[in-house]
Amino acid sequence: MIPKDGASAPLLAIEDLAVSFGTESGRVSVLDGVNLSIFPGQAVGLVGESGSGKSVTAMSVMRLLPSPPSRVDRGRILFRGQDLLALPAGKMRAMRGDRIGMIFQEPMTSLNPTFTVGFQIAEALALHGKARGVAAHERAGALLERVGVGPAARRLRQYPHELSGGLRQRVMMAIALACDPDLLIADEPTTALDVTIQAQILDLIARLRAEFGMSVLLITHDLGVVAEVCDLVAVMYAGRIVEQASAARLFAAPRHPYTLGLMESAPKLGQRVKELPTIPGMVPPPGKRGPGCGFVGRCGRALARCAAEPPPLAPVGGPVGSSASPGHEAACWNPVP
Amino acid sequence: MLRFLARRLAQSVLVILGVTLVTFLISFAVPADPARMIAGRSASAAEVASVRHQLGLDRPLPVQYLRYLGHLVRGDLGRSYVQRIDVSTVVESRLPATLELMAGAIFFELLLGLPAGAFSAARRGTRADKGTMVLSFIGVSAPQFVVGLLLLYVFGYLLDLFPLGGYGGLANLFLPALTLGIAGGGWYARQSRSSMVDALRQDYVRTARAKGAGEWRVVLLHAGRNAVLPVIAMIGLDIGNFMQGVVVVEAVYGWPGIGQLAWQAIQQLDIPVIMGVTIVAAVAIVLGNLLADIITGALDPRIRVR
Repeated sequence: MIPKDGASAPLLAIEDLAVSFGTESGRVSVLDGVNLSIFPGQAVGLVGESGSGKSVTAMSVMRLLPSPPSRVDRGRILFRGQDLLALPAGKMRAMRGDRIGMIFQEPMTSLNPTFTVGFQIAEALALHGKARGVAAHERAGALLERVGVGPAARRLRQYPHELSGGLRQRVMMAIALACDPDLLIADEPTTALDVTIQAQILDLIARLRAEFGMSVLLITHDLGVVAEVCDLVAVMYAGRIVEQASAARLFAAPRHPYTLGLMESAPKLGQRVKELPTIPGMVPPPGKRGPGCGFVGRCGRALARCAAEPPPLAPVGGPVGSSASPGHEAACWNPVP
Repeated sequence: MLRFLARRLAQSVLVILGVTLVTFLISFAVPADPARMIAGRSASAAEVASVRHQLGLDRPLPVQYLRYLGHLVRGDLGRSYVQRIDVSTVVESRLPATLELMAGAIFFELLLGLPAGAFSAARRGTRADKGTMVLSFIGVSAPQFVVGLLLLYVFGYLLDLFPLGGYGGLANLFLPALTLGIAGGGWYARQSRSSMVDALRQDYVRTARAKGAGEWRVVLLHAGRNAVLPVIAMIGLDIGNFMQGVVVVEAVYGWPGIGQLAWQAIQQLDIPVIMGVTIVAAVAIVLGNLLADIITGALDPRIRVR
C-alpha cells in the first residue's frame, strides 16, 4: 500500500493470515491469506458484507478470538515489527488497550452495566500503569471532555444505562483512547446508531485520529462511512482481500467486479432509481468455498480459470486509456476495465 | 424502589395469609383430636366435650379460623398440647440456634459454591470443569443424614477435631453448618457456573479484555459482579429448601433448633407447635425473598433506579 507522508515502515502489517474455526462438521477456513498494512497516522477502511471475515481479522489482531474453536493456521501480524501472534499472553495483554485500542459495534452492551462510567475509563488507565485512584479519575474526566461527553463530573458517576447509544460509544472511545494508543480498531462503530449520531461519531473518530496522531482500522459494511474517514480502502470478500486502493481511487475506478457491485448497490443522493441493482446470490459461507475465486458464483465476468485458481492480489493499472495507478491492487483474473 | 418494596411487602402479607389458611385446614385433616389430647387418655366423654367447648372447637370452621388469625396477629401461636406452654415461647427459645446454623450454612455454601462455579465457568469444557461439576453433583445429591454422619464419624470421632454434637460455640457449629453447606454449595456451584458462563459471553467482557484486563480480573470482577446477582437472589429463594435440611441436620447433630422442635412435634402430633413452626418458616422464607430483592437492587444499578 501507499505509505503516507513517506513513512517507510508500516505500523501494522498483516501477512498471509489464515484463520480457521473448528465446527461439528470439521475445520472451516474463515480467513484465507489476508494481507493488509497500515502506516502510522493512516486510516484504513476494511469493507465487506457480513461473513466476509472483517471482524475476524480485527479480533485476530487483538488476539481476542476464542481458541478453541478458532486457530491461526498461518501468517504473521506485525505490529511495529513485532509478531503479535508470537507474543506471550502477558505481553499481548499489555498491548491491548495500551498500544491498540478497540471499539465495537454494540455500544448498548459493550459497557459493563454494574460499574460507573468513571470506573470503566479509569480502569483502562490503571491496568497499564498510567494513573491510579484520584489521578486516574481526573484523567478519565478529561478524556470524557475530549470525546464530547460533558459535564464530566456528573457523567463519571453515571452508569451506562443512564446514557444514550451515541454517548456510550463516546465513552467506549474514551476507554480505547485512554492510553493514547498507536492504533484504534473500530469494528462497525456506527452500525447500531441513528444516522445523525453516526455522522457525529465518524467526525469524532476523524478529529481524534488527528489529535492523537494514531492510525485507524475502520471496519464497516457501509461504503459511505469509509469515504468519510479513510485514506485507504481494502475490500474483503469470503476471507480474502479482493481489492485495495486509496479511497478516492477506489470510488473513481473500482477494478474488482465485487467492488463495482457493492458501489452500484449503494443508493446515491439525488439519483432516482426504480430499483437498486443488487449482487445476485449470497456470500459462500466458510466451508462452502471452492478452490478458485470466492466470488465466481456471483460474478458476471467469470472465466473458466476463476473457478479453478484463486487470483492473487496484484497491482492493476488504471482504466483503459489512463496511466497506471500505483498502489491499486485487485485479486481478479478478469478485472473491470 | 420504595414503591417496589411496598408492592413486594403487600405480596408477602398475602402469601403468609395463604400459608396460615393451608396449615389451619391441614390441622383438621390430621387424625388426632385436640380435645382428647388435652383432656388426657383417661378423660371421660363429657370431659372431652367440655374441653372442646372451652377451646371453641365446636364452633364453625370459619369462626375458628378468624379466631386463630386474631391470636396470630397478637403473636399468640397457641399452647402446646404436650409441653403445656405457649408455642411462641418454645419457638422463641429454639429460633436463635437455627438462625446460627443457617448463617453458618450460608457461609459454607458461598465459600464452596461461588469459587467452584467461577472456576468451572472460566475453564468451561475442560476436565477441571467436568470434575468440579461432578463433585458439585455429588454434593447436591448426597443425602444430608449420610453426609452428616460421615463428617461426624471422620472429623468428630476418628480425627477428634470437633465435638460429636450438641449446641455451643463455633466448634459445635462447624460440622452441622458444613453438612448443610455441602449440599447448598453444590447447588450454588452449578448456579454460579451457569450465570458466570452467561456473563462471560457478554459484550462487556470482550471490552474488558480489549482494555487489557487479565483473565482473572475479567472473570472475577467484570463477569463476576454481574453473575453474582442471580445467585444472591437464590439465597433468599433457598430458605425453603434450607428448612428441610435443617430438620435432618438438627436431628443428626442434636442441634436444639426449630427443626428438632418440628420433628418432635410431628412425632407427638403436637399440632399447635407444628403450625407455629410452619408459620415461622413461611415468614422466614418470605423475608428471605424480600431481602434478596433488596440486595439485588442495591448491587444492580439498573434496578436501583426503578
